[in-house]
Amino acid sequence: MNLELVLPILIPLTAGALSLALWRSVRLQRLLAVLATGLLLAAGVWLLASTTDQGFLVVEMGSWPAPFSIVLVADILAAIMIVLTGIIGLAIAVYSLASTPSGHEKFGYYPLMHLLLAGVAGAFLTGDIFNLFVWFEVMLLASFALLTLGGERAQMEGAIKYVTLNLFSSAIFLSAVGLLYGMVGTLNMADIAQKVNSVDDPGMITVVSMLFMVSFGIKAAAFPLFFWLPASYHTPQVAVSALFAGLLTKVGVYALYRVFTLIFTQDVDYTHNILLWGAALTMLTGVLGAAAQFEFRRILSFHIVSQIGYMLLGLALFTPLALIGGVFYIMHHIIVKTNLFLVSGITYRLLGSYELKNLGGIYRQRPYLALLFLIPALSLAGIPPLSGFFAKFIVVRASLESGEYLVTAIALLVGLLTLYSMIKIWAEVFWKKVPEHVTDLSMLNGKNQDKLSWAYFVPVVGLATSTLIIGLYGQPIYLLAELAAEQLMNPQLYIKAVLGGQST
Amino acid sequence: MATMMAYVVGLLFAASIYMMLRRSIVKLVIGLIILSNAANLLIFVVSGLTRGAPPLIPEGASGVVSAVADPLPQALILTAIVIAFSVLAFAVVLIRRAYEVVGTDDLDKMKDTDT
Repeated sequence: MNLELVLPILIPLTAGALSLALWRSVRLQRLLAVLATGLLLAAGVWLLASTTDQGFLVVEMGSWPAPFSIVLVADILAAIMIVLTGIIGLAIAVYSLASTPSGHEKFGYYPLMHLLLAGVAGAFLTGDIFNLFVWFEVMLLASFALLTLGGERAQMEGAIKYVTLNLFSSAIFLSAVGLLYGMVGTLNMADIAQKVNSVDDPGMITVVSMLFMVSFGIKAAAFPLFFWLPASYHTPQVAVSALFAGLLTKVGVYALYRVFTLIFTQDVDYTHNILLWGAALTMLTGVLGAAAQFEFRRILSFHIVSQIGYMLLGLALFTPLALIGGVFYIMHHIIVKTNLFLVSGITYRLLGSYELKNLGGIYRQRPYLALLFLIPALSLAGIPPLSGFFAKFIVVRASLESGEYLVTAIALLVGLLTLYSMIKIWAEVFWKKVPEHVTDLSMLNGKNQDKLSWAYFVPVVGLATSTLIIGLYGQPIYLLAELAAEQLMNPQLYIKAVLGGQST
Repeated sequence: MATMMAYVVGLLFAASIYMMLRRSIVKLVIGLIILSNAANLLIFVVSGLTRGAPPLIPEGASGVVSAVADPLPQALILTAIVIAFSVLAFAVVLIRRAYEVVGTDDLDKMKDTDT
């Protein structure tokens, strides 16, 4: 029994249940939130240490031998994702202490946050395709409730689009699982991977793989299935936005990485080529959409879409270097994107708006905040020596080596346009003077008696430091990504670890 | 039997997509309900319909002796039904709240968060 494999799911689940039991005491719930997410991070680090040590960790639920039981499997990629979940969870929990309105806290904000984290962790760790569906639903249900907490008009409108498209994607996923089960007669991912090659009609496997691609593509917000994301991510309160921005779409990306390296690798020319062009168009439409926006969080939301393109590009090229780049990109992106949303929350606290035309003058009053924005913003655009530069560099180099020059050109152009968007935010929010129609400046110049809480800055500074560390001290991170990519390129290792070397 | 069920599943999917494309949010939710049922029925059909052969081990034997129905799809469907139930319960509450807050059930008028 590998305890570290079960803990990342158990900790948030227990914390969620305890928070529900402590419904009346918001103070205890807050304490528990920070404690449990901290423990989650610790468990993630433990898991990562074990997986780099032993390669794969497998736990068979109820001690039934695989493929009959539901298995939890951790390879290095899954362990990395769990560590990132822990980091983001902890950052959001601390940030929520300051930013979450007390009305939301009283209506179950913390239990929902824990359940969301449990769903995310479960989706990363499961080795059973139907179980993956169940974890997706756990995560979705918590995210639905978090998205609508507060019940404002924009939230309701955003939630209808978010709920509909995500349920639609779940139905496609479920249908695909059913069809796959009808063909191979098993749900264990390793067992499926072993059996798909002996199916009578390989064309049908490709058809099913397309269903998976569409379903996970909706969840990952890939072109042309991303419309729900910019319509809903800017509506809830900012800690929720940041949590979603960091983790939820990446679960879709992770699922794509898992099934398209493990299971659907028999017709790579066809499936991964579709992924390649999907990735290119995702990058392009996302960044162009952002160029047309003038609301802080909406710009950032469109940039999530465009960044997803880079991660998919890493998967689509399907070479060892490209996968390294993809994994590295995921690590960099989760930290940076969450950080940008958190900064937008601080500027909102100072001037009471997310609209660029109502913001300004922050550089003059709070230069350190401007610096804190600049680190993740330039990292997102890929300026050396920040983390984004190395992430982009690896992906671009991999696509050059594969000879995909057009896609490379698009990737570089998108980097440039990302810089344009970030400079737009910089100029509007930090550089220009405070607009004359903004009258309430008491928070900005510090004359208001409620000051900015320290809890706003701890996570922002922490995440910015992580960005710097990944950038300046990238070699160990690169080696980690290399190990993860090596496992992804050799699905035989995964199959052997789960099924214990038995053949069909 | 399987052919007929295939048509039924196809029809359900078509009906659900049609309902989801209507402008009223109530019809949208009805579409989602039909969609989840269609997916469940699909699992049931594609994993093979076996009639009159319950997966029971006869007394004295150590395993099943002849071909029996696969019990797993039913477990999957049961799980999916429970999940769909909870999600749809949320969706119904959501459209009610949305109707109260926005004051319309017309999806074409809920465009504030786009563009």
